[in-house]
Amino acid sequence: MDFSRPQFNQRIVIRNGRVIDPKQVLDQKADVYIADGVIASIGEAPVGFKADFEFDANGMLVIPGAVDLCARVREPGQSQKGNIHTETHAAAAAGITHLCCPPDTNPVLDTRAVAALIQERAYQSGYAHVMPIGAMTKGLEGQQLSEMHALREAGCIGVSQLRHPIKDSQVLLRCLEYASTFGLIVFFQSEDQSISPLGGMHAGPTSTRLGLPGIPECAETIALSRDLLLVEQTGVQAHFGQISCARSVDLIANAQARGLNVTADVAVHQLYLTDNMIDGFNSAFHVRPPARTETDRQALIDGVKSGVISILCSDHQPHEAAAKAEPFPNTEAGISAFSHFLPLSYELVDSGVLTESEWVQRIAMNPAHLIGLDAGHLGIGSNANLCVFDPNREWTLKQENVYSQGKNTPFLGRRMPGRVELTLRDGSISFRLSQA
Amino acid sequence: MTPTIPPHQLQLNPKGQLRHFLTTEGLSTELLTEILDTAESFVSVGKQAVKKVPLLRGKTVVNLFFEASTRTRTTFELAAKRLSADVLNINISTSATSKGESLMDMLWNLEAMDSDMFVVRHEASGAPHFIAEHVCPTVAVINAGDGRHAHPTQAMLDMYTIRRHKGDFRNLNVAIVGDVLHSRVARSQVHALRGLNVGEVRVIGPKTLIPSDFDTLGARIYYDMAKGLKDVDVVIMLRLQKERMQSALLPSESEFYRLYGLTTEKLAFAKPDAIVMHPGPINRGVEIESAVADCKQSVILQQVNYGIAVRMAVLSMAMSGQTEMQAAIEGGEA
Repeated sequence: MDFSRPQFNQRIVIRNGRVIDPKQVLDQKADVYIADGVIASIGEAPVGFKADFEFDANGMLVIPGAVDLCARVREPGQSQKGNIHTETHAAAAAGITHLCCPPDTNPVLDTRAVAALIQERAYQSGYAHVMPIGAMTKGLEGQQLSEMHALREAGCIGVSQLRHPIKDSQVLLRCLEYASTFGLIVFFQSEDQSISPLGGMHAGPTSTRLGLPGIPECAETIALSRDLLLVEQTGVQAHFGQISCARSVDLIANAQARGLNVTADVAVHQLYLTDNMIDGFNSAFHVRPPARTETDRQALIDGVKSGVISILCSDHQPHEAAAKAEPFPNTEAGISAFSHFLPLSYELVDSGVLTESEWVQRIAMNPAHLIGLDAGHLGIGSNANLCVFDPNREWTLKQENVYSQGKNTPFLGRRMPGRVELTLRDGSISFRLSQA
Repeated sequence: MTPTIPPHQLQLNPKGQLRHFLTTEGLSTELLTEILDTAESFVSVGKQAVKKVPLLRGKTVVNLFFEASTRTRTTFELAAKRLSADVLNINISTSATSKGESLMDMLWNLEAMDSDMFVVRHEASGAPHFIAEHVCPTVAVINAGDGRHAHPTQAMLDMYTIRRHKGDFRNLNVAIVGDVLHSRVARSQVHALRGLNVGEVRVIGPKTLIPSDFDTLGARIYYDMAKGLKDVDVVIMLRLQKERMQSALLPSESEFYRLYGLTTEKLAFAKPDAIVMHPGPINRGVEIESAVADCKQSVILQQVNYGIAVRMAVLSMAMSGQTEMQAAIEGGEA
């Protein structure tokens, strides 16, 4: 793998690609010219443009770089699983130019110092923009408000409690009131863990057969219902990440219909995995929220199609091999998800669920818009964060083509319908397949 | 996707013989019957003056108990010794895993000592499956109880006991009573009973102790002892652990006993010649009345005795199935 630092300030032309930018309602075959880190022109060459690097994208899609709302880079504190250098490199290889990292680092991302450290490391590596999400309570302990305003000043694009419980509803109410004072987005991962303290998979026939304690649907829907009521009361801008149940899609749809300022995403693997795949105690399928039933999976796909779920994220969680090499209940949850993020989300286009434009909205435009980022589009004069994706290049996911330090994916051996060929971050080549 | 091998496929060699014994799920009627027939041939060994047969002579069997057990561990030890194996008991609380050694490293060390068989009890569901698939595939792995998943040798000794007393399985109604939720024994019993084509399997208990979708395993669910025990030939009581009172599963021992404890009065709902079984250890006055545990219909102590013969059967069959498979692999490579 090529770990050299991306080259800056090259003049690049990407020729003959199908350029898709839903924000400009653009979908046409055109050349894209990049100079000084920005998109200089689409179509005609700027006067006197002389390219340092040309890329022939004939038959390929030229799209805005993906904006991933939930990806662990495991730094600081978990270098055995990955670090900002390895994981942003893997993100670039997955066509991602911007990613948000959740606050469950060690130490917890509840101070300016940790937020600054993460952004500085990402800048040094240069593969992808990393935008931290701050902890909503100190130490994620669910008791004392974090310094949310300071965290925002330090670059956090929102706050989250993740799946760490806030047992006292008053504390949660205060958190939401305080966050809404400063217009901060709250990222929810709704789960009432008191319902499933030991659970490792969906509660159903398979968990009963395998004798694995289950996580019932209501663990998510009870928490989601409470969270929605408090969002309504406080008027905070809320985003619900990685929902897993059909009933959750209904709850979100109802809230949106009532005019609440709420959005939702789903992890791409959630659209492909079901609980019965865990039949052989395979820890690669151990993930939270758990893979649920075929009905849930179908409802999530319908939610993505209808736009109730307007964003697709990776929920990338790399692990070292030892974290998964134990009996199933003793393994750590999570999937190394960058590798399949673009191909399997694109498969929704292949299967007729989404159009190409809708796909780009869900992986780039909508998440960028949510967090107020000038990205997720190919506007002239904007920073050139883009990706070239070849929808005709089939490949098979193997250990050796997982760029992340974590090889923990249940999709090893699976055929992938399309591949990231080239990624530019602020006009610099952050990934090029032919050189990888 | 990563291939996952369901336990019931992993435990058979290409000829369909046991090479591990991980679960009773998915085993054919013929194989289940073969285990019972083999056990039958070993019952007399315990009555001989010299209680040994040479089937596992020169083999090393390691008892790996990550969870406390007296009865199961001793019967496995006796079974292996009566088959003339060398037996090693590993006491996990004082072993290396408490010094931070991973399960895999520990098992690889034992494998390096040329162990032929691991008898594993573990609190995590799927641990023996994990060992058989990923850690030591050439060692025969016997599941001596994993989490809530399976306890297949206990289930087979229960099947043996039922066959001894009732003969043919096809016309029998069997009721399993109590804490099904936490019971690996109940799951293995249901699979074994279904595999042996029993008439009807019922489970009886309050909803808090019956796991979701348990009917998909092929059991009928009852919440009432009078209805559930009607016309049954076999009553299997499960142990109720005292911790369950603290986790909001039950209000009190006395209410559980009143509703689901097996008393002489409740036993009268079953057929007059019904037998009473219990995997042990029993809690008198919690799930079973003392008088019932000691009555003529109770076969609880015979279960313990048959346990040795059934485990001898499983150990010898798995060792031979695994040896044959490894020999075939080596032969193929040569």
